[in-house]
Amino acid sequence: MGLGSWAKRAFHRTGSPRWFFAGSRRWMIGLYTLGIALILVGSIWGLGFVPPERYQGDSFRILFVHVPAASLAQTMYIAIAVAGLVYLVWRMKMAEMLIAAAAPIGMAVTAAALATGIIWGMPTWGKGWVWDARTVSTLVLLLLFFGLQALRQAIAHPERAALAVSLLAVVGVVNIPIIKYSVEWFTTLHQPPSIEIGKRPTIASVYLWPLAVNALGYYCFVAGVVIAALRVRIVEREANAEWLRSWLAKQER
Amino acid sequence: MTPPRKQRLAAVLFVLGGTAVTLALVLLALEENVNLFYEPAKVASGQAPHGVDIRAGGMVAAGSVVHDDTGLGVRFVLTDYQGHNFQVAFTGILPGMFREGQGILVTGQLAEDGTFQAQEVLAKHDENYMPPELHDIAQRASDPG
Repeated sequence: MGLGSWAKRAFHRTGSPRWFFAGSRRWMIGLYTLGIALILVGSIWGLGFVPPERYQGDSFRILFVHVPAASLAQTMYIAIAVAGLVYLVWRMKMAEMLIAAAAPIGMAVTAAALATGIIWGMPTWGKGWVWDARTVSTLVLLLLFFGLQALRQAIAHPERAALAVSLLAVVGVVNIPIIKYSVEWFTTLHQPPSIEIGKRPTIASVYLWPLAVNALGYYCFVAGVVIAALRVRIVEREANAEWLRSWLAKQER
Repeated sequence: MTPPRKQRLAAVLFVLGGTAVTLALVLLALEENVNLFYEPAKVASGQAPHGVDIRAGGMVAAGSVVHDDTGLGVRFVLTDYQGHNFQVAFTGILPGMFREGQGILVTGQLAEDGTFQAQEVLAKHDENYMPPELHDIAQRASDPG
């Protein structure tokens, strides 16, 4: 079997709620376990064992939460935008269910990135919230996640709601490059990134390792949460489906 | 891909492209018109307006920080290290990161005598995070004398 046909099969299988529901339980548990373990290791390492920063002292340690949260928020939006495109073009209902499941979680992650940013800003910048390009574009990201949720609930017709939400998801992706390049295009108080593809990190390696462990942990954990939310959506939507009933009957026995 | 799918893909990409172009134009216009940030060179050469709220910034010049007797008042010089400086006066609590050589953003008004009366002083920190020991090694490497 070639790679092309394998990808095609994976695409169709993931698109099937029944197949996904049966196969995703192990993934969910695995991602939860791995995520929690990595977050524990990364946080204890980063908060307790690396030396304080030369100028900021201990206050910079919030970076071990702030950076993974901010990165994850953007990645989640990109995933949602891709799902929106898949729904608009292929009308795959799993894609639309993924948006519904992931949007509230994305909102929480973005809120965490903003909150940790405010807490970090207070001792270092001298002010928690600053209206600069990076902070405002991240606030827009929060509003986009909120908007996806609100728009779905505002339209009674499920199929129309799905189309509108998917279109907003795709169009909203233009905000992602704005967040990314805001620190280069404008004079922002927010510092430029320390880690970029193809460049040497400007964060000392003693800090880079716990940060990498934490970031991976957050990604795994949130992926687990998204899968769990998606499974709930599937149960809601396929409540009358024969396969789900027989699965439930099997669980009860 | 079936023809209707191709058509839908084209429509979505068209909408996305249109939004991106619109937004790019808005941002370009914003950058040209709402650039309220003044560097030391602009303040020193009188290009910054007096008596209106503006944002300015620079590095705190070494040895320029003077606290007054009341304790909260402070004066310092912001420089771009290229010969352009301006004096800042501020009353209030300085951010924890405030020190000589630190990048600082100030919001306030330029007084007639050219002193920047700051209502707000914010510290910008850079993206280089390192422990103090490593900092000492880096300093020694760049300054062998």
